[in-house]
Amino acid sequence: MTNQLYGPVDDVTWQAGYPDDHPPRVGFLTDTSVCIGCKACEVACKEWNLVPEEGMDLLGTSYDNTGDLGANTWRHVAFIEKAAPRRELVDLGMPGNGPPGGAPGDGSAGLSAAPPGGQETEEPGRDMQWLMMSDVCKHCTHAACLDVCPTGSLFRTEFGTVVVQEDICNGCGYCVPACPYGVLDVRPDDGRAWKCTLCYDRLSDGMEPACAKACPTDSIQFGPLDELRERGQQRVEELRGAGVEEARLYGESPDDGVGGDGAFFLLLDEPEVYGLPPDPVVTTRDLPSMWKHAAAAGLTAAATVIAAFVGSRR
Amino acid sequence: MAECHPVGFQWVMEAKQRGATVIHVDPRFTRTSALADLHAPLRAGADIAFLGGLINYVLSNELDFREYVVQYTNAAAIIDEEFQDTEDLDGLFSGYDEESMTYDPLTWAYQGARATAAAGHRDMPKPDVDRSAAAEEAGAGAGEEAGSGGPPVAGKPYRDPTLQDPRCVFQILKRHFARYTPEAVEQICGLSKEQFLQVAHAVTRSSGRDKTTAWVYSVGWTQHTVGVQYIRTAAILQLLLGNIGRPGGGILALRGHASIQGSTDIPTLFNLLPGYIPVPHARHDETLDEFVEADAGSTGFWGNMKAYTVSLLKAWWGPHATEDNDFCFGYLPRVTGDHGTYRTVLDQVAGKVKGYFVIGENPAVGSANAKLQRLGLANLEWLVVRDLQMIETATFWQNAPELETGELETERIGTEVFFLPAAAHTEKDGTFTNTQRLLQWHHKAVEPEGDRRSDLWFYYHLGRRIRQKLATSTDPRDRPVLELTWQYPTEREHEEPSAEAVLREINGFGPDGSPLSSYTQLADDGSTSCGCWIYCGCYKDGVNQTARRKPGSEQSWVAPEWAWAWPDNRRIIYNRASADPDGRPWSDRKAYVWWDAGQQRWTGHDTPDFEATKPPDFQPEEGAKAQHALAGTDAFIMQTDGKAWLYVPTGLLDGPLPTHYEPEESPVGNLLYGQQANPARRLYRHPANPYQPSGSDVFPYVFTTYRLTEHHTAGGMSRFLPYLSELQPEFFCEVSPDLAEQRGLQNGGWATIVTARAAVEARVLVTERIRPLQVQGRTVHQVGVPYHWGPNGLSTGDAGNELLPAVLDPNVNIQESKAATCDVVPGRRPRGVDLPRLVADYRARAGIAEQAGDTRWTGTEGTASA
Repeated sequence: MTNQLYGPVDDVTWQAGYPDDHPPRVGFLTDTSVCIGCKACEVACKEWNLVPEEGMDLLGTSYDNTGDLGANTWRHVAFIEKAAPRRELVDLGMPGNGPPGGAPGDGSAGLSAAPPGGQETEEPGRDMQWLMMSDVCKHCTHAACLDVCPTGSLFRTEFGTVVVQEDICNGCGYCVPACPYGVLDVRPDDGRAWKCTLCYDRLSDGMEPACAKACPTDSIQFGPLDELRERGQQRVEELRGAGVEEARLYGESPDDGVGGDGAFFLLLDEPEVYGLPPDPVVTTRDLPSMWKHAAAAGLTAAATVIAAFVGSRR
Repeated sequence: MAECHPVGFQWVMEAKQRGATVIHVDPRFTRTSALADLHAPLRAGADIAFLGGLINYVLSNELDFREYVVQYTNAAAIIDEEFQDTEDLDGLFSGYDEESMTYDPLTWAYQGARATAAAGHRDMPKPDVDRSAAAEEAGAGAGEEAGSGGPPVAGKPYRDPTLQDPRCVFQILKRHFARYTPEAVEQICGLSKEQFLQVAHAVTRSSGRDKTTAWVYSVGWTQHTVGVQYIRTAAILQLLLGNIGRPGGGILALRGHASIQGSTDIPTLFNLLPGYIPVPHARHDETLDEFVEADAGSTGFWGNMKAYTVSLLKAWWGPHATEDNDFCFGYLPRVTGDHGTYRTVLDQVAGKVKGYFVIGENPAVGSANAKLQRLGLANLEWLVVRDLQMIETATFWQNAPELETGELETERIGTEVFFLPAAAHTEKDGTFTNTQRLLQWHHKAVEPEGDRRSDLWFYYHLGRRIRQKLATSTDPRDRPVLELTWQYPTEREHEEPSAEAVLREINGFGPDGSPLSSYTQLADDGSTSCGCWIYCGCYKDGVNQTARRKPGSEQSWVAPEWAWAWPDNRRIIYNRASADPDGRPWSDRKAYVWWDAGQQRWTGHDTPDFEATKPPDFQPEEGAKAQHALAGTDAFIMQTDGKAWLYVPTGLLDGPLPTHYEPEESPVGNLLYGQQANPARRLYRHPANPYQPSGSDVFPYVFTTYRLTEHHTAGGMSRFLPYLSELQPEFFCEVSPDLAEQRGLQNGGWATIVTARAAVEARVLVTERIRPLQVQGRTVHQVGVPYHWGPNGLSTGDAGNELLPAVLDPNVNIQESKAATCDVVPGRRPRGVDLPRLVADYRARAGIAEQAGDTRWTGTEGTASA
């Protein structure tokens, strides 16, 4: 039998015990290359899910006053200000009524549609970039939070998503350190764990999650995971073709440490820049071998005890 | 745009996806810059120099769309020989009177057209009145009254289609903009020459037969002492490039609130009636015929102004409006001069205003020089505030900053304040009119709770009660109120008037009482009624056209069956210009409307904005009037001469061409002319409204005010909501790392920003997004000041607008809130009486007399003024 806590899985929903005709696994593709940082996702999420406000704190971290994901923040838009080496603007050679034979600045005429941002900083040759990314629970294929939950409050839905049932959660908090992304947290006032449900109630009524619905630029795309993975690949190729070499998918691969995320991202820089772990691994990966070791240790101890008794009868 | 109109920005992102180049020109690096292909940062208040540079680039490289320019603009028109340009007069046009700070526009006219130009009181003060009266009348915001098409001029100008005559508009334009070189742009704007040329090249290469460029602006262009001329500069550029009246072209104004377009179409302005018909003037509009005189004799569609006006009077006074009583024209209120917001506030301070309605606005923190606003509010007999939340304008008497400083005392404020909770748009039926002139109906989703009521409910029942009180009056002055058509069906327990009934009245009725379908049906004999002529047709066939929601996938790409656009459901106005003079599309790619020779009519994707059967080769008869005077190539049908105006012979109060002037408060001198600021700008000299001298090193930094995605204007719709407030929880300012180091400011710490009006404290964001600029050989630092805050609500802080002076554009009375100067120091501001002391100390150091600020440029670059 394969290790159900690690590695690629064909059908995580089926594996969780749903019949063959369960709905397709759904998720989010969050394309940060078109995110405008409007935070409509944060507000829509809170409105729909009745998530309490988190407090009026100016954090001094660009336009991000949310900080990170937590029990009261199920979508979080990160703002990263960074200076990057100047990109060469690509002349697309579009027709127009420009002067024949070119003019000063000709090389940069039909500016490439590709690179986002760009203003000179004080330092010559370096441009300002402002990256924005709407973070969310990854709804992992191998969800450690679910594995460690002793009450069964955390469960895999028929859509392949991972949801906390607030009426079952006993507030033990085991799921909090189990999450490799730091998504889960407990509310101090009620002690229970809360996180993105991928709008389980809306899915059940055939509606898309509130954040995706509210996103004006389709940075947050919702759909069957297979389709999203394909779309994500295409978009990366498109961006790279237009000169954005940094474009990459994050959390899309079933071969990664969590068996692939249900909610994955198109990033324009290294994951660390956005505050994401570069190589997340499901914290329960070694649980089977730990159990084996524990069992072996137990057996050894038992054998020693028995041996001692046997020995004493001699 | 991404910052303040994120929902609309999705279409920019879609255009980008399809290959459009997105360029962001802004002093700030915003969320828009983050997504643009290129961000061109420039000094706040220098945009005419930037746009003028683009015009010069087009003209000096001969990149204009010549056939379009000759046929559709007034480039060929010959101008009066006594006209003198800013080139001749060091920054002034001919006709300037220094005493009154006004222009006599007589010499700006087309050659031989002087008399009529000046007689047209729809737009300009009359020449026969004395100068002080002219100044006063100019204050009536007359420049605004040409909102839907140009003001009248006498017939057709003399033309030189070769554009060689030295007095033709094209040659004047060339001379006027010759000094706006890339080098000058670099010196004035602080934008590198290379970057300027990148923009110039991208814009010109994306214009022509096959391609178009659109400009999108917002209050970053309008809120200046030269605000109207900013837009004019963009209009000249777009016309030279052939980007008006064509798909993908245009100049789009993003409005600051939902339906601001609607509130100018059916205005909340003191000087306009619905459909850009001016409010008659007390002195020279005694009769209807006098009122329409200038237009009645003119050419273009404004020649029908009498029909529009009579139909409006019929909508308002119904059967009482007859030919015998001039259709109740005498019932209309009259203007006598400037009754704009800032004038009114000064009159409040002077004790001349008794009562004040504040609806959906929060002037106590949201208007320039907020203290001046509060001093006005505190000197009323009564004040009505209708809003969604308990905003500062309703609570100034208990928490205005002046209470802490001792400048006001609650016990001594006699203003009786009535706060009336308002219903939100989700709680009422009605329309939003957007920048595309699209009227979109919204349905009530829920009943308003508690005492909340719609504005429609408020005004209907207020009017009803006033009429009840006056019912037995025999005083003739009450007739206009008693004879108003005030019968609207009401529904449910709150007796909410039917918004659809109001829309039907706006649409208008024909002689048989059936809904009209187009403004061309309006008559001047009292047989038709129409509440707003440009909206005529929005209830065509008795159907609420504005409520149409046919999905885009089920109709053409122009989507004519989504809602309704004025006029006549045209999605692009002046779209005759999308075809060449012979009526053929300029290119297949940009085909929009065209002449179908077989059918002998105009056709295309949109409703043609032209008389349907007037052929391209039509030539009007001598002496023809109104639209009959327009030729088959006169695409700009609202203009008396049928041409788009590169040069404005009449209608503007501060010059026929845009000129770079520095803001009222600038760190530098005007590099181009001796004239420092707009010579016709509107100054309000008052002890509570001191102006700072330009070039003062007491106020060395430029600041600009703006909005964030997370909040709405002065905060009434956002600071009281936890989900929005937590996203931007308090007032902050943005400074560059350089300035932070210079002034010892810490990220996350406090700064105090000081002007001659006020000192406010803000948390500090130190960011490379704010970039120091090199202007005229020195470093100019800019400070970003989002202005959403006040003491009420969940997200609180000082109001950025305390810092601003009240100084206005003369044409439309908009205040200059996008560029002024300030000082920034670390730490929190003083409390109590120490606060006004600090500000007074700054005034003294800057040499500002206590009575009024000296506004003239007194220093040289980089040195202090006396």
